[in-house]
This record gives sequence, structure tokens and C-alpha cells, in this order.
Amino acid sequence: MHLLVCIKQVPDSGQIRVHPVTNTIMRQGVPTIINPYDLFALEAALELRDQFGGEVTVLTMGPPSAEDSLRKALTFGADRAVLLTDRFFAGADTLATTYALATAIRRISSEFGAPDIVFTGKQTIDGDTAQVGPGIAKRLGLFQLTYVGKISALDLHARTIDVERRSEGGVQLLRTRLPCLVTMLEATNQIRRGAMADALRAARATILKWSAQQAGVDDISQCGLRGSPTVVKRVFAPAARNEKATMIEPDEQPAEALINAIFRCRPALEIELAALARGY
Amino acid sequence: MNTASEIGASPSSRAAAKKQLSDRFKTYKHVWVFIEQERGQVHSVSWELMGVGRKLADKLKVDLAAVVIGQEGEASQAAATESFCYGADLVYMVADDLLKDYRNESYIKALTKLVNSYKPEILLLGATTLGRDLAGSVATTLRTGLTADCTELDVDADGSLAATRPTFGGSLLCTIYTLNYRPQMATVRPRVMPVPERCARPIGRIITLPLGLVEDDIVTKVLSFLPDRDSARSNLAYADVVVAGGLGLGSSENFRLVRRLADVLGAEFGCSRPLVQKGWVTSDRQIGQTGKTIRPKLYIAAGISGAIQHRVGVDGADLIVAINTERNAPIFEFSHLGIVEDAIRLLPILTEAFRARLSPHSRDRIAG
Ligand SMILES: Cc1cc2nc3c(=O)[nH]c(=O)nc-3n(C[C@H](O)[C@H](O)[C@H](O)COP(=O)(O)OP(=O)(O)OC[C@H]3O[C@@H](n4cnc5c(N)ncnc54)[C@H](O)[C@@H]3O)c2cc1C
Ligand SMILES: Nc1ncnc2c1ncn2[C@@H]1O[C@H](COP(=O)(O)O)[C@@H](O)[C@H]1O
Repeated sequence: MHLLVCIKQVPDSGQIRVHPVTNTIMRQGVPTIINPYDLFALEAALELRDQFGGEVTVLTMGPPSAEDSLRKALTFGADRAVLLTDRFFAGADTLATTYALATAIRRISSEFGAPDIVFTGKQTIDGDTAQVGPGIAKRLGLFQLTYVGKISALDLHARTIDVERRSEGGVQLLRTRLPCLVTMLEATNQIRRGAMADALRAARATILKWSAQQAGVDDISQCGLRGSPTVVKRVFAPAARNEKATMIEPDEQPAEALINAIFRCRPALEIELAALARGY
Repeated sequence: MNTASEIGASPSSRAAAKKQLSDRFKTYKHVWVFIEQERGQVHSVSWELMGVGRKLADKLKVDLAAVVIGQEGEASQAAATESFCYGADLVYMVADDLLKDYRNESYIKALTKLVNSYKPEILLLGATTLGRDLAGSVATTLRTGLTADCTELDVDADGSLAATRPTFGGSLLCTIYTLNYRPQMATVRPRVMPVPERCARPIGRIITLPLGLVEDDIVTKVLSFLPDRDSARSNLAYADVVVAGGLGLGSSENFRLVRRLADVLGAEFGCSRPLVQKGWVTSDRQIGQTGKTIRPKLYIAAGISGAIQHRVGVDGADLIVAINTERNAPIFEFSHLGIVEDAIRLLPILTEAFRARLSPHSRDRIAG
């Protein structure tokens, strides 16, 4: 079985700072990590491989430094890594991203066999759109299974897959056919530590690095900034409210002062709160 | 969506992009809202979208249409009728028993068929699991732009949709346009927009299209559906009073102070994202861009700095009260009442003071 996992290298959000004067993101020195949501997808793929045999390929589109994330994925036990990197990809929105990734997946299919399941994370922590998975599925004609909490059955002879999909107000148990695309929910598994042998192999492994042309892109105008229908017009700091917060100066009885201020602002609240409050 | 790193890399080149709408897109007119049904019930995010959709349509001087896709019969009919009460000028409908359960294949078919036949300029969907699953596929099918999780929608002077959402990495928002493609698509999360007033209105024009599929055409099958138990669902998004804590509380033990105050107020409790990441609180309690959006009458935030991703989840609250030790904390920029205090010290006395203040009333109520 061939399992392909799309991972993205993202800045570690915990360490991002915004420049206090210019309001731009200060990226220098911010460490990068594999998008945390993608680790659930990677672990799900590794588990299927361990159970059914086969190979796991990890794929990322990003700057040359994204190689680090791929190598990390290899230490967890992925078998092959492909880095899609080219200045033509810069500035891609989700539509242009899915064009590039889908093109690369076609090339991977012709070299190493078509993936039975393509995995993505639920969303990224920087783009945060949850659109890239569905976009890839659509472009490659894969059946789409989003927000999957559990792969409950896989029948490689019948080529069917059963999953539990989180939906509004409940869980759908779905059956579809392979090949399909799965976006994994968070907290559904825990990424393995990775064996020593994998760490040694990862350090020496060759990572396939493809430019747009090598990946098989035939229409550069669909890549990067040019291929992106969305345009970011303005980046700005949110406005403060017209009136600043009324500050309660802490005195001997800060709690009473605060409660009085709350009910002064919203007199109706006192009655409503009394109705809501638990009787003791 | 463009990632922040790319925004940082070339804001000027993007801002310079010009609108050059090709002739084939010039016929795209009107604002559409996808009406999401959840097992025969309309998801309230749909009505929230009708409110903002009405505003956009009025500015553009075009019609607002509700798009009802679902099972043939009463529920879909009722959703259509109700759409008029929330401001629809007309309804587009695809009703078929194959649409009883949400499935990507059949719903994409229905929605893209409607779009290609009737050509809206703006298409809005709720950023629910269903809406996100559907929007991503439809936008890719139509090769158009899609802006996820918007917190504000407007049309600018030249009639383009200006979709604003928080962007990565702290206190910034960005406004995104889909200049040269149609429809301009956007998703908005539940509770970000207020529910507009419902006015009883007669049923207007309903345009129906057949789905044009038989069950054998749809590969994906729904084997079963397990509804969530009510007790498993927190009512955070719809609560009237919410008390939340952030990293300022210092430890998971101290988070109990938040729960105790919430308890006394009959409120729901919530938290900022780091607390979920640390495992102090479960993820269904997270408030903000990647958690729940709330619109309570009273929101009390203790030890929360007020990052934009948190702010967008609480901006709809009537009264925001912040407790923070740092006078310059960003949360004081958007709260209505603030107090510079140690939350660990203040929360217990605040809880007692509320209990004292409210208990006579609650006894009256029980007695009455
Ligand atoms: C893509 C993305 C999505 C995100 N989504 C969300 C989201 O949905 N929700 C969310 O909340 N965040 C989200 N974040 C994280 C967000 O940017 C902030 O990092 C986070 O909200 C900060 O949490 P905090 O305020 O609890 O912690 P901090 O920023 O560390 O703030 C702690 C505050 O407590 C104060 N304090 C310290 N001690 C005390 C005390 N004893 N008493 C009172 N005050 C005290 C400090 O002055 C400080 O203001 C997201 C980030 C990204 C990049
Ligand atoms: N540049 C990228 N390279 C590889 N995979 C990506 C990339 N961007 C997004 N993805 C995948 O798509 C998922 C959803 O991303 P997003 O739509 O940005 O929220 C992520 O969890 C990744 O699995």
C-alpha cells in the first residue's frame, strides 16, 4: 500500500512576535516545526503501513529549509520524502498550493505508484484554512473524507475504507472507495518516538527536491502569486474600541467595586444573573 | 488563504494587484447564502450569514438569495420558507432524498450546478465541518478564491467583497479580495455575526433544480450516524455568561478558580488556547479563532492577554470584563471594564462577593 502525507513547515506559533512599531511579523530567529495537525495524519499513515505493509511518502511545498521537516518525518519512520521548492511557488494561496501539490502527487504516482490514501492535517496553524486537503482531493478526483477521527476498516481487496467522520452534532460512519483523501482530526493518536534505526537512516537519506518543472508543472501561471485568485490587500492592527476600558482602581474592596461597575453598565444583568445563579 | 510568511514577504506586490474582471464574470450578480441543514434543522450560522448577506446585497443593490440543499420534503421546504423571514429575496433549492445526509460528492454537485446556472457574485457558507468540507471542494471545482473564517465582510467602493480575517502570529488582521474570479467565496464561523431579527414574511420565489444523480452515482455511503449526547456538548457558544481563564492563572489547579466563579454565576467556563495545548482544559472549551466564538451578555476574562485570535472569538460579547496584572495588556484595548489585579487573588473574593450579592434573589426565585 502506498500512503502519502502532505506536511507543512510552519513557524512555531508560540514564539512568534509582532514588531511593536511596524506591526509586521518578526520572523527572524523563530524556529520552525512540522504543522502540529499534520503529525496526526503522519501517525495514522504509519499505523496503516505497519498493519498492511507498504510505504509512506511525505510531501511538502516550501522553501529549501523545509527539508528539516521532511527529515524529521523520516525519523518518525516515513520511507520517502519529496520537497517541492521553487521561487515560482512563492506567494501561493490555497488554490495555487493545491495545483502544485496535486501536480507533484501525479509525478510521485508515476514514479513510485499511485497512493491509495493521501493524508493531510485538519488545518495549518499559519494558513489555518482547512482548504488544502479538499482542494487536492478535487484536483486528483479522490474521494474526500474530512475531519476523520478514526479509520475503522480498510479492505484492500474490495478497495473500500470505513471511517468515523466528525460532523455537526455527531459522528458519521462513512464508507468510500480507494483512492481517497483523508484529513485527520487532532488528538486522534500520538506521534511515535521513532526508532534509532530510522533516525540514522533519516540523517543520511536523500530527499527528492523538485522544482516546478521537475514536478511536472506545465502551466506556471497557475503557480504561486500569479496562480492565486485571492489577493491580500491590507494587513492592519485591529482598532481599539472608541472608549477605552473603564478601569476599576483597586481599592480595599476590588470585588465589590467590580460588581458594582458591571451592574452600573448593564443594570438588567443583575436580575438575569440572579435567575441564572445557582441557589446555595 | 495566503500564509503570513508570504504576506510578510511581499505585501506591496499583492496590494498593487488590479481588478480586471473578464467579460464572462461580469454577468455574475447577487449575493448567496448557503443554508446548512443539520438533520433537518437549519444551523443558526445560516441565519447569521443572512444578516451580513443582506447588508452586502443592499450595498451592491442586488438580490439576496438563500440556497437550500437537502432532503426532499418538509424540512427543506421549511428552511426555504424561513429564509424569507430572515431577509431572502428568493430561494434556490435542490431537494432530493439523496441529499438526506451530507456527502461531499452529492452536495458539490448540487451547489456547483446552481452556481454555474445562476451565477452569483458572492457566495457565503458557515465555517462548520460541513461548510468547510463543501466550500473547499466547490471553490476548487470553480477555480475561484475562498477566504476562510472571516470576521468581517464588506463591499468596497468598486463593488468587490472585502473579506477580513485574523492573520497568523499575533495582533493583525488582513483584508482579502478575490478580484478577478467569481463567485467571491467566504466562510464565517458560527456566532461571529449576530442573528438578524426574524420578520414574518410571505414566501417569495423559489427556483428549484433537479440534482440529476441516482444513488449508484454516489460512491460514498453513510453507514450510520451517532448523534452527540447532549451532555457531551458544552453550551459555550450560546451561553449568556462566560468566565474564562488564560496563562496568567499559572497552573491547572488555579483554573479551578475560574470554574468556581462560573458555577456561582450559572455560567459556562472557557479558556485561551495555550491552556488547551498544555492539557489543562479540554479543547471544546477554547475560545477564539480556532476555538469557539461566543456572544454572551457578560464575558469575564482572567489572566488572558487578549491576542487577536482570542479577541475575534469574544468581540460579540455585550460586556467584556478583564482581570489582568499588566496595565498595558492588549485585552484592555477592547474590554469595557478592566481591573489591574492578580486574578489568583481576586477570583475567590469575586466569587464570594457575587454569591453574596446574588443569593437573596435566587432564594426569592426558588421560593416564588
Ligand atoms: C493560528 C493561530 C490561532 C490561534 N487561535 C487561538 C484561539 O482560538 N484562542 C486563543 O485564545 N488563542 C489563540 N491563539 C493564540 C494567541 O495568539 C495567544 O497566544 C493566546 O491567546 C495567549 O493566551 P493567554 O492570553 O492565555 O496567554 P498570554 O499571552 O501569555 O497572557 C497571559 C496574560 O496573563 C496576565 N497575567 C499574568 N499573571 C497574572 C495574574 N496573576 N493575574 C492576572 N493576570 C495575569 C499577563 O499580564 C498576560 O496578559 C492562536 C494563535 C495562532 C497563531
Ligand atoms: N505547503 C504545503 N505543503 C504540504 N502540505 C500542505 C501545505 N499547505 C497545506 N498543506 C496540507 O494541507 C492541510 C491543510 O492546510 P490549510 O488549508 O493551510 O489549513 C495541512 O494540514 C497540510 O497537511
